[in-house]
Amino acid sequence: MKFRLATVFAAGLMAAGLAQAATELVIATVNNGHMIEMQKLSKNFEAANPDIKLKWVTLEEGVLRQRVTTDIATKGGQFDIMTIGMYEAPIWGKKGWLQELKTDAAYDANDLLPAIRSALTVGGKLYAAPFYGESSMLMYRKDLADKAGVKVPENPTWPQIADLAKKIHNPPNTYGICLRGKPGWGDNMAFLSTLVNTYGGQWFDMGWKPQLESKPWKDAITFYVDLLKNYGPPGSSANSFNEILALTNSGKCGMWIDATIAASFVSDPKQSKVADQMAFAQAPTAVTPKGANWLWSWNLAIPAGSQKVDAAQKFVTWATSKEYIQLVAKTNGWANVPTGTRKSTYASPEFQKAARFAAAELKAIESANPTDSTLPKSPYVGVQFAAIPEFQAIGIAVGQQMSAALAGKTTVDAALKASQVAAEREMKKAGYYK
Amino acid sequence: MARQSTYTPAYAVRTVAAWAVALLLFFPLGWLLLTAFKTELQAISVPPLFLFEPTLENFHEVQSRSDYLHYAWNSVVTSVASTLIGLAIAAPAAYAMAFHKGKRDKDILMWMLSTKMMPAVGALVPIYVLAQKSQLLDTQLALIIVFTLSNLPIMVWMLYSSFKEIPHEILEAARMDGATLWQEATRVLLPLGMGGLASTGLLCLVLSWNEAFWSLNLTAAKGGTLATLIASYSSPEGLFWAKLSAASLMAIAPIVVFGWFSQKQLVQGLTFGAVK
Amino acid sequence: MKRLIPRLLLAPAVATLFLWMIVPLVMTLYFSVIRYNLLQPDVTGFAGLENFEYFVTDPSFATSVVNTLLLLGSVIAITVLLGVAVALLINEPFAGRGLVRVLLISPFFVMPTVNALMWKNMMMNPIYGVLAQVWAFFGAPPVDWLTDFPLLSVIIMVSWQWLPFATLIFMTALQSMDREQLEAARMDGASYGQQLRYLYIPHLGRSVAVVVMIELIFLLSIFAEIFTTTGGGPGDASTNVAFLIFKQALLNFDAGVASAGALFAVVLANIAAIFLIRMVGKNLDK
Repeated sequence: MKFRLATVFAAGLMAAGLAQAATELVIATVNNGHMIEMQKLSKNFEAANPDIKLKWVTLEEGVLRQRVTTDIATKGGQFDIMTIGMYEAPIWGKKGWLQELKTDAAYDANDLLPAIRSALTVGGKLYAAPFYGESSMLMYRKDLADKAGVKVPENPTWPQIADLAKKIHNPPNTYGICLRGKPGWGDNMAFLSTLVNTYGGQWFDMGWKPQLESKPWKDAITFYVDLLKNYGPPGSSANSFNEILALTNSGKCGMWIDATIAASFVSDPKQSKVADQMAFAQAPTAVTPKGANWLWSWNLAIPAGSQKVDAAQKFVTWATSKEYIQLVAKTNGWANVPTGTRKSTYASPEFQKAARFAAAELKAIESANPTDSTLPKSPYVGVQFAAIPEFQAIGIAVGQQMSAALAGKTTVDAALKASQVAAEREMKKAGYYK
Repeated sequence: MARQSTYTPAYAVRTVAAWAVALLLFFPLGWLLLTAFKTELQAISVPPLFLFEPTLENFHEVQSRSDYLHYAWNSVVTSVASTLIGLAIAAPAAYAMAFHKGKRDKDILMWMLSTKMMPAVGALVPIYVLAQKSQLLDTQLALIIVFTLSNLPIMVWMLYSSFKEIPHEILEAARMDGATLWQEATRVLLPLGMGGLASTGLLCLVLSWNEAFWSLNLTAAKGGTLATLIASYSSPEGLFWAKLSAASLMAIAPIVVFGWFSQKQLVQGLTFGAVK
Repeated sequence: MKRLIPRLLLAPAVATLFLWMIVPLVMTLYFSVIRYNLLQPDVTGFAGLENFEYFVTDPSFATSVVNTLLLLGSVIAITVLLGVAVALLINEPFAGRGLVRVLLISPFFVMPTVNALMWKNMMMNPIYGVLAQVWAFFGAPPVDWLTDFPLLSVIIMVSWQWLPFATLIFMTALQSMDREQLEAARMDGASYGQQLRYLYIPHLGRSVAVVVMIELIFLLSIFAEIFTTTGGGPGDASTNVAFLIFKQALLNFDAGVASAGALFAVVLANIAAIFLIRMVGKNLDK
């Protein structure tokens, strides 16, 4: 009985849907705070464009990526606008899976931060519009540093950080430093890639051979494991962004190196106990400043062959425009605007006043260069990842090994050897070399 | 029937023991419940807070951010439809196997179960492509089909099991009294097998309700179920436990309520069956 | 004719299942012997046993098989033993029985990902988790569950979620026991242990078989809990076969190898099932 009712109901709904003349856009997006804000403010867009209706599908990052990749590769046509990361954009752009974005003078594509824009451009064509960008930087407890008599410079080095960690390490109240450890190419490997970069290493050499047993890798990972073993919190090998955010907000971490967006959370008195004591600096460096801080952006893209290109373009340009940022500022205040995309945001005096970390964040983003982030020359694009399809599987395999080394289940050498084997395996299968 | 007084020491011990076990096992879920009423900051505090000022802000957020009713409705439709259809197909099959033994029944049962043994993630691409070609992506129908077929082997198995408990003399007696197949099924089998039908139905209802893998992959905005709703709350960068707890609570609530009412039915059906 | 009708009843179930199984199975078989990577649409062609070889030569393969069997065996053992115990406990009336039943059944209604997140962050975190506080209360250092005991942590989470199911099945079975037989035994002075051995346990035989088979099916494909909590680590300590398939299907987008892995998983499951059937399946025919 219920089933019959349900079918009638469903049929009715479908008929109602068909009767509408408006273009419906299905938008797949990730559920970070800025995106959720955009969802709320999209009513303004719908009001200004009554012939376009928006439908949102919000998913967790990993699931989103799987979903949109499966859809675009099988030409499923489920989504009219996809939120993709800086990792997918160059790969899919090169494959011709994305629609080229045409922007006008009012949009001012030159206002986009150059590092981010170039990462989304293939062959001179822009394939995705950045909605939110981030780099990584150091966040530390100024009160604890002062008490230890240490002044943290704007561009610290890793030895300095290790020293500070030792001085402020005071378990169980505070742990010297908290860093990511959970296996995942976007979890612990995002951070570790930057660490390896700054120690002078790279993922693949110019012949695409994995370099995981090279000296920079060994030095970097040994340093990481020792640092966290001595001055890190328990459970580090399962910690990623959210776990460490919780720890930092409750005052358990003396230092944290992670995404710049974290700065807005840890300095927000509504969610952080230590909001006023947090200070910011650039990500630490070791042998070279290249690739010491990562670059990432969430972007809106339109699948190639879409039937609704015009409507989709309208929304994409609206959501990534200067006007949108102004809208968010008006509704929620300058501290909550999506950052990391446009020079004009950082130039705004209100933004600088509202966001203490603005200057540090801009400096971090501007210093990141996905095409030149390693000391030896690399064949791949990306600071904390390599923009090749095989990277996800390689990243998690290596990430698992690093997590094991951190947990003390295996030695650093054994972990690196196993990682090298796993990476070589994938690369050989994909045909990069025999 | 003469019975000793109900309130013996054994009764008291049993009460205490049962409650202790129940509370212990329920604790994590209870904690989730509590967290739904905390702010994000309270949710991560050390030591964990038992006493705090409750707030409804998470529920407001869930309600305003996502279309709870739409997703809940999809969940209800897909779960109920797939359970009912499944029972309709499985019950006759289980009946045939339980009371009219065929030579190859055991093999058929094993084969049915083995169809379920392939991990869903391995069959994702074939199913996705199939759904796409039949234009069933993002529809309730796709989920109903997948859920029904996923749960069918289990339903057949469980119903077969519970029908086997029913002594076939009773059915034979009815047959000898001249009952037709239909009468035999509805007047005799149904009341006796109600417990089995109910527990099988409840199990499959819950399995469909919680089914996240296919819901997330085959549907988007239109056909999404509560699993899709929950998935939208685990944020990659930002605290979300209080909100996730609230969303989970809202997702569990309908089925727990249903479970609470149906467990009375379960008991009724069961005691019915035990009275010979 | 009388024989025919009942067999006809069987037909819809068999037919639908056959169709349902055949089409994806054939597709999976097909994908497993060709080269099919979603991200490399231009790479095609017959691959023979290449995909299978690639799947089983994964460095984590052997560990994943062991972990899968460990996970399977442990959860089944825990849920059956505890499930029977709990069902026996609440079999006789006591105050608030209805409410206790609901409390016991409710963990089953929680979605697996929520379950995983809840255990990871609220319970098992060595700093702000509830278990850490309990340990600290007794003066012991908190256990770092996910780091030091990853597979055990997953086993605990999954057992907690499936115990209600087992309890429900056993509860139902116990309620359908012959009351008069029990009363007679009691009046004859049988001890509880004897009642257990000669009345309760034999009666539960079939339900145990049901629980074991159903859990076998579901536990084989568990990966959501693993992915959310430990990411398969540290190392491959909590990687199971489903996780490896996931790695190929949804990280590498290699449908060929993923299909090969899926077929392997079916073989593994059937072997485990035959083994378990030998142990408990005699009760099927009683």
